[in-house]
Amino acid sequence: MKKNENMAWRFFASVRLALFALLILATTSIIGTLIPQKNPPEFYIDSFGPRTAQFFQMLDVPDMYNSWWFITLLILFSINLIVCTIDRLPNVWQMVVMNNLDTDPERLKKMPNSTVFHARGDAEPLTGIVTALLAKKGWKAQHEKKPSGTLLFSQKTAWSRLGVYAVHLSILLIFAGAIIGSLFGFKAGVMIPEGGVTETVYETGSEKPIPLGFSVQCDDFNLSFYADGATPKEFRSDLTVRDEAANNTFSRSIIVNDPMDYKGITFYQSSYEPMQGFNISITNKATNVRQNFQIPFGQKIHWPDTEIDFGVINQQVRSRMGDVASLKVWFSDGQDEPSVFWMDNNTVQAITTPTATYEFQASQVYATGLQVAKDPGVWTVYAGCTLMLIGLYVAFFLSHRRVWVYIERIENEDRCRVLVCGATSKNKIAFEKEFAALVECFTQDSTFQNA
Amino acid sequence: MNSSQLLGITTFAYLFSAILYIAIFVFRAKKIGLFATALTVGAFLVNSAGIGMRWYESHQMGIGYAPLSNMYESLVFFAWAIALCYLGLELKYKNRVLGAFSMPFAALAMTMAGLKNPDIKPLIPALQSNWLIAHVITCFIGYAAFAVACGMGMMYLLKDRKTTENPNSLLASLPDLRLIDDIIHKTILFGFLWLSAGIITGAVWANSAWGTYWSWDPKETWSLITWFVYAATLHARFTRGWGGQRIAWLAIVGFFSVIFTYYGVNYLLSGLHSYGGG
Repeated sequence: MKKNENMAWRFFASVRLALFALLILATTSIIGTLIPQKNPPEFYIDSFGPRTAQFFQMLDVPDMYNSWWFITLLILFSINLIVCTIDRLPNVWQMVVMNNLDTDPERLKKMPNSTVFHARGDAEPLTGIVTALLAKKGWKAQHEKKPSGTLLFSQKTAWSRLGVYAVHLSILLIFAGAIIGSLFGFKAGVMIPEGGVTETVYETGSEKPIPLGFSVQCDDFNLSFYADGATPKEFRSDLTVRDEAANNTFSRSIIVNDPMDYKGITFYQSSYEPMQGFNISITNKATNVRQNFQIPFGQKIHWPDTEIDFGVINQQVRSRMGDVASLKVWFSDGQDEPSVFWMDNNTVQAITTPTATYEFQASQVYATGLQVAKDPGVWTVYAGCTLMLIGLYVAFFLSHRRVWVYIERIENEDRCRVLVCGATSKNKIAFEKEFAALVECFTQDSTFQNA
Repeated sequence: MNSSQLLGITTFAYLFSAILYIAIFVFRAKKIGLFATALTVGAFLVNSAGIGMRWYESHQMGIGYAPLSNMYESLVFFAWAIALCYLGLELKYKNRVLGAFSMPFAALAMTMAGLKNPDIKPLIPALQSNWLIAHVITCFIGYAAFAVACGMGMMYLLKDRKTTENPNSLLASLPDLRLIDDIIHKTILFGFLWLSAGIITGAVWANSAWGTYWSWDPKETWSLITWFVYAATLHARFTRGWGGQRIAWLAIVGFFSVIFTYYGVNYLLSGLHSYGGG
């Protein structure tokens, strides 16, 4: 069965289908922007009523971009791209590589852009003159003797005809990258309290545990604010990776927009959670003895082997999340009245008692929220994106422009007919100007007279 | 002179420029043509200076960032890009009537910016990325081209009404239909390339901030919808030979999609770009 007789092939290769696919993808995509996605089933029952919610579940509306019907549309779109490319590319390729010196001179006369000149002399010397004239306008010409004259041909950016197919291929590459990512990658998350270690992360959505094959410790989490005290300036996690299998340990800080990569797994700073507790560090200035504690809120803590007792008895929070702005500390070394004072979170306070001076450092305990992703398809996607931009530029702004000059001896006269003609694959208006400039070049040259 | 003053001047200059171009069209006041162009170029330079000054002021405040991070700043940049696109067109086609259908968009963008809070606010961590600059610039050059294409589409429809062909009528001063059609097509091509670049830079940025280059967030999805609309327009033209009124209408419909992507999503839908709303 020849392919162009096959109805199914015709259908999948058609531009009609491409238009249908683009418009139906555009229209259906709107649904997921109006109906919030990936919420629990109760949300849809509460917002839309049980009947509508049931209807939504049936059509996978709560996760429509991964639904069978949306994926089917994307597959249809891909098949359309592939079939249309296979269908057209051979002919277009033919246009790119064809030998235009084989063009029948009779056909040249019907070109949309053409002008005829007359010139004295023989075809041979005229060929040289015309070649030089064409070169002046950037047209590098080749020529060939024909039974009745000489044909010259020159072209610019013949390969630009492939631009549109590069764009089609780029879309398929992006899809391929997305498929690779969903088959061999994962998206996950994990919360690690300061000081905590994890070897497992939890898949987004399913919460399925995924072993990392190494451990990640959160040494410290830091949240800083701008001078206004309300706008967050930086979320920073100091992480330590221990990979015993590879005998590798290293530490690195990550912030939003600057993730950490290890063994193809990337860790992104994504959120944090203030915990009900404090990291306290007390230094006795006289002896320079220093001790670190992690203590809960509202409990009296004893520093062993000393007479020091302390605790955090009150706190002021900055946001609904429970970030502590300042805390009220109770401190006693058994010598005098206990000290009670307010201090800002993340600062150091000096405490003086009759017998000693202490430095009291307090910071709220946080858990850092990391997004963890492995996506081996991302470079394929990026390759597709790059190809798309190059392809669009070529397809839109470059055109395959061709110029022929046919020099034909007029019988019984010592002069030749010189036919100058040209054609372009697109952007006809610009080509008309370019062609006119070329014709002007001939007109200016005294060798040629307008016929 | 601070950036607010410079941008205030810009608003009035664009308004005045739009009025002049409309006067050139309506009253065929060709004599003021040079003045209109000079004013627009001047306004564009003041607009550029305003953006530069705001950048400088943010550094003075110790929170230096490229002024492309909220609704006010994006509108100012949108106006800048529209003026640039139009001046490019005027240079290329030597026709000032096009300004009557382009510059009102720049004036409108600046007027809308005037209604927003112009305070310079420090960048939250999610926005602290060089991809922000690449993403906003590419998107808004695309949006500006689509705005101009929409204006040209309106111009086409205005000219192409089946009224009596009176050589003295107002519409005779509009460019040839074939030329308008070509300008619409070219600006859509230009816009489409930049929109594609804008979506791609956004995806790369999302991947470096969250580890997902695409998450079907409403803003992303609407930018894709816009991309589909223009892709369909281009296919209709390239392969089915659509032109004239149909493409003019599509240029207008496409721009509605752009406006919804830019403005509607921020106010009507929620998602990752919520910080773009301020």
